Amino acid sequence: MLELKNISKTFNAGTVNQKVALNGLNLTMAEGEFVTVIGGNGAGKSTMLNAIAGVFPVDTGKITIDGVDVTNLAEYKRAKYIGRVFQDPMMGTAATMQIEENLALAARRGKPRTLRPGITKADREFYREQLKILDLGLEDRMTTKVGLLSGGQRQALTLLMATLQQPKLLLLDEHTAALDPKTAAKVLDATQRIVDRSHLTTMMITHNMRDAITYGNRLIMMYEGHVVVDVRGEEKKNLTVEQLLNLFSKASGSDEADDKLLLS
Amino acid sequence: MNFFLSLFNAMPGAVTQGMLWGIMAIGVYITYRILDVADLTVDGSLATGGAVCVMLMRAGWNPWISLLCAFLAGVLAGLCTGLLHTRCGIPAILAGILTQLALYSVNLRIMGGKANQPIGVDKYDLLVSQRYVRELTLNNPIPLVILVLAVLTGLLYWFFGTEYGSSLRATGANQNMARAQGINTKSGITFGLMLANGMVALAGGLLAQYQGAVDVNMGRGAIVIGLAAVIIGEVLLGKVFRNFALKLTAVVIGAVIYYMVIQLVLQLGLNTNDLKLLTALVVALFLAIPYWKTVVLPRKKEV
Repeated sequence: MLELKNISKTFNAGTVNQKVALNGLNLTMAEGEFVTVIGGNGAGKSTMLNAIAGVFPVDTGKITIDGVDVTNLAEYKRAKYIGRVFQDPMMGTAATMQIEENLALAARRGKPRTLRPGITKADREFYREQLKILDLGLEDRMTTKVGLLSGGQRQALTLLMATLQQPKLLLLDEHTAALDPKTAAKVLDATQRIVDRSHLTTMMITHNMRDAITYGNRLIMMYEGHVVVDVRGEEKKNLTVEQLLNLFSKASGSDEADDKLLLS
Repeated sequence: MNFFLSLFNAMPGAVTQGMLWGIMAIGVYITYRILDVADLTVDGSLATGGAVCVMLMRAGWNPWISLLCAFLAGVLAGLCTGLLHTRCGIPAILAGILTQLALYSVNLRIMGGKANQPIGVDKYDLLVSQRYVRELTLNNPIPLVILVLAVLTGLLYWFFGTEYGSSLRATGANQNMARAQGINTKSGITFGLMLANGMVALAGGLLAQYQGAVDVNMGRGAIVIGLAAVIIGEVLLGKVFRNFALKLTAVVIGAVIYYMVIQLVLQLGLNTNDLKLLTALVVALFLAIPYWKTVVLPRKKEV
């Protein structure tokens, strides 16, 4: 479904702030896989997601989604294949627009935007049904401006928007990191339900190692811009946080590694 | 008594002028409020609209066709700013200033190298004219201006409710979100600038007819008047007018109030030369108030 071949990205090349964010990154994801991504600060997790989404062009390598080479495709064109939820709850929704208007925008992802009415009666019924899945009571507040919602509600809505038009690939960039633990659990729960419902191919960055083990069916760890640990299936299910830390130390060949991970 | 009488006499003119500038202010609303772009092109495109409309009418063209051409000229001006901004990476404000400056020369060319060109009401079939503004005849410009405003408001209300129109609103609200939802934000911003400047040029064409002449400097400070209209409308009616069509109406009302106030201070003896200073001060004040509120109010709560 997704293939990253030898991806490299250096920010601010040739300046004192030069930062190699991705360094010969290779990754292949099969359809229906739910990969959790962990790694310390600056390991390249978010850069990888943004590279896939097309926020910036990569320096080298090739990105293929479902057999389509998207390496040189603009961000808005790639959106056809990709659903995204950001770390910042403010980023995924239009605050000054209503809940149903936001959903209507998401429902047209990857389709031409015409001069037909933005929302029809039938659309509204569909959105109402979809909002019920979130179990947050938003189905009764469809004309509320999104700016009035809490961070958790906005993340849940963004999640729904990302999957309303079924994406080939769902990218979650620490989407619960800005939420309090209780709300984070609720949003993660909704994530699991939505991913299961349509067997979405999903990539989720998290800073919480327990979540990384609990969710998904494959786990990768990044270090210095490439994948250093890759476990799946039974092996992943039986992982413990301690084992994960050991794996990391071995892969990165450094003892201070666990500090870095824990602090991230 | 004399004072009030002359003020009363001046009101129909102030209202009409306000409504004509209201068309222009709706253009500013589209860029400033919907797209979240401060577009300074309008200072140039207003005169472009006036120049195109007047020169075509002087050449014997139908006034409505001339007005349509004025609109299209504004659309082109907006396209220039849009391309400079989205395809050349120039900040929106600077892109607008560049187009505006270039338009000064373009406008002079359109006007045959003269700084102003008259369009007399006796010689030409004007759609709106200052002369009849206090007459109760079919020549009175007020009904026509109201009709034009109603049609434009209706069209914009419909447009911004469509799939494409909604994507423009999303672009203004949150570009990250818009792109993530597959919206081409660059072409959206360009289109918005084209639409807005088309409106502004249309207003320019009507204003030139109303005044009976086009002047190359007629757009100087137009952006500030447009902003004044938008902000006055929001401050006075923002709490009541929630619907989009009503918000546009509030902008027009804002422009009318602006011209009524200007008329009042002129009657009170303000020098015409000081008008732009006053306008700038009023707009600066209204822009500052929301900021001051955020700075001062939280402190009050603590006490």
